[in-house]
Amino acid sequence: MSVNPIQNPIPSAEDQGQLRTPMNFQTRRMRANSMRRYVVNNLVTGLAMLSTVLVVAPLVAILVYLIYKGASSLNLAFFTQIPAPVGEVGGGMANSIVGSAIVLALASSMGIPVGIAAGVYLAEYGRGKALAMAIRFTADVLNGIPSIVMGIAAYSLIVMRQMHFSAFSGGVALAIMMVPTITRTTEEMLATVPHSIREAALGLGVPKWRTVISVSLRTASPGIITGCMLAFARVAGETAPLLFTAFGNQFWSFKLNEPIAALPLQIYVYAISPYDEWHRLAWAGALVLIVMIMVSVTLVRIYAGRGVLKGAS
Amino acid sequence: MPVSATTPQMDPSTPSAKATPLQAPAILNFVSAAETVAEERAPSPIREYLSTCGNGAFADRTFATVMLICALSIFAIVLFIFIILVARSRPSLAQFGFSFFTRSAWDPVSGDFGALPFIFGTLATSLLALAMAVPLALGVAVFLTELCPAKLRAPISFLTELLAAIPSVVYGLWAVFVLVPIMRDQLGPFLYKILGWTGFFEGSNFGVGLLTASIILAIMILPIISSITRDIMLAVPTSQREAVLALGATRWEMIRTGVLRNARIGIVGAIILGLGRALGETMAVTMVIGNHPDISKSLFAPGYTLASVIANEFSEATGDMYLSALIEIGLALFIVTIIVNAIARALVWAVTRGAPARVH
Repeated sequence: MSVNPIQNPIPSAEDQGQLRTPMNFQTRRMRANSMRRYVVNNLVTGLAMLSTVLVVAPLVAILVYLIYKGASSLNLAFFTQIPAPVGEVGGGMANSIVGSAIVLALASSMGIPVGIAAGVYLAEYGRGKALAMAIRFTADVLNGIPSIVMGIAAYSLIVMRQMHFSAFSGGVALAIMMVPTITRTTEEMLATVPHSIREAALGLGVPKWRTVISVSLRTASPGIITGCMLAFARVAGETAPLLFTAFGNQFWSFKLNEPIAALPLQIYVYAISPYDEWHRLAWAGALVLIVMIMVSVTLVRIYAGRGVLKGAS
Repeated sequence: MPVSATTPQMDPSTPSAKATPLQAPAILNFVSAAETVAEERAPSPIREYLSTCGNGAFADRTFATVMLICALSIFAIVLFIFIILVARSRPSLAQFGFSFFTRSAWDPVSGDFGALPFIFGTLATSLLALAMAVPLALGVAVFLTELCPAKLRAPISFLTELLAAIPSVVYGLWAVFVLVPIMRDQLGPFLYKILGWTGFFEGSNFGVGLLTASIILAIMILPIISSITRDIMLAVPTSQREAVLALGATRWEMIRTGVLRNARIGIVGAIILGLGRALGETMAVTMVIGNHPDISKSLFAPGYTLASVIANEFSEATGDMYLSALIEIGLALFIVTIIVNAIARALVWAVTRGAPARVH
């Protein structure tokens, strides 16, 4: 503190009045100092509030504008028709919605088992091992690698070899992105399972693998499902890894070996197009995508907030 | 099971935490509790098979091995991405060498490639975005952990989490139709009037460009930085706060000396994590940055980032050299984000002691 009362022991003339009340022994500088601290405190509080408002405002703006634009563009045709040719009014994104579902199902079927198994290793077998620490660290780093790099990797690995774009390669790119998230949540959730119930199972002579599946994983299942849904919600909106793997398709396609339409891709293509009709569809698509993601995230919140696991630990 | 006393989730004082590792008696033929229940119901063929064959040491070892393989696959993924990117970018690596990153030529027709404009665009947008996002994110984290009434805490952190859940392409869509016009008609001219003398706001302003991309990036990395910072600030023990308050500090002094000073390593980690996210962000940036390989002092000028050049030109790339140059850009992005993320994670872990990161 810059003002030291010991350096200024004799109160100035105007402070004499203050001295009559012994409880309030303050020099002018001390009063000024506490005034400054009071002001700074309130100023910072105000700034923190302001920044919160500034952060929440764009979210509200985006959501409101999205709902406004999206809801006015949604109609039945959006869910039932495939894209209309350029210049024609109407059309929908039915094939994109189905395509997204196919690619995501593919990604989940590959990413979820591997992610959960890796999480089981970290929590049940690797506690305290250097290898587990390294895997944990790698998973966190992998989580931060840009999605477009996953796209290039899947392209170089699958598309270049097959010489054509495919739904499968898109699924692989998204699966790689799901693994680290699921691994880390699974580990986190398994760590909350009390050791006493594992030991109870082992004490009854249940083999370890059986204990892991029937006791640990089952106890932690709500949390693990939460993690899987969060990972799913995250990759559901990914566009970059699909740009040159799933590639997009204007028509129906159900084959895993062919280019397939996906909702985020279609939104991107329509958003940067010069046609108003396509812009309208892009807004509708964005609304559908975001409702899908928000519903899963909110469900996760409700599910996780029930405290199934909080009591257990 | 090897139980280590350092595991943060466990109370080391409980006897169970110090219990010796239990091994399932694999050779004994026993009836486990789970199987008794199963036999009371109609036993499924799978359960029957398991109860006869699943108790051997073989099953246990196989299971452990499978789990280990899945865990090792995370290493394999990272290694594999690296190897395949190096392999596919070999033509460009061989032709240009390191000068690829210092040359500003980008001419697909004559096959002359250099990544400098993209590196410039990436760094400029990311750093600008950080400059805008970090103070706000810190403000939100401080507000949420220290100042906010308990009733508001959950809704606001939920809102910021929603902000993180919005897909990149939707941010891009919003930016194209809302932010770009605002930038072109209101904010751009305003900035030119006030700060035009600095030279950063010169040239024609079409609404798309480095500044617009930075703003949308800032909005996108805000929730990441603020939620990690919040977690880190929550990890600071309450006794620290109480001690500082007991010395007569105001609330802000308590936050500054008791919380922020203790959490600073982790906060730096959170900021670097946000930087990593900003460097690799693709779709929203591609949609508003203007996509032109220029190095310009003006923030209104269109630019190009490493990620957006890949997104924009990859599927149209003809010729091996063009493609391998783009893949080399991807390789550079991969290596840079790995380094940035590793540093950030190490810093965040130093504070939270390896507790699993929150999922966004």
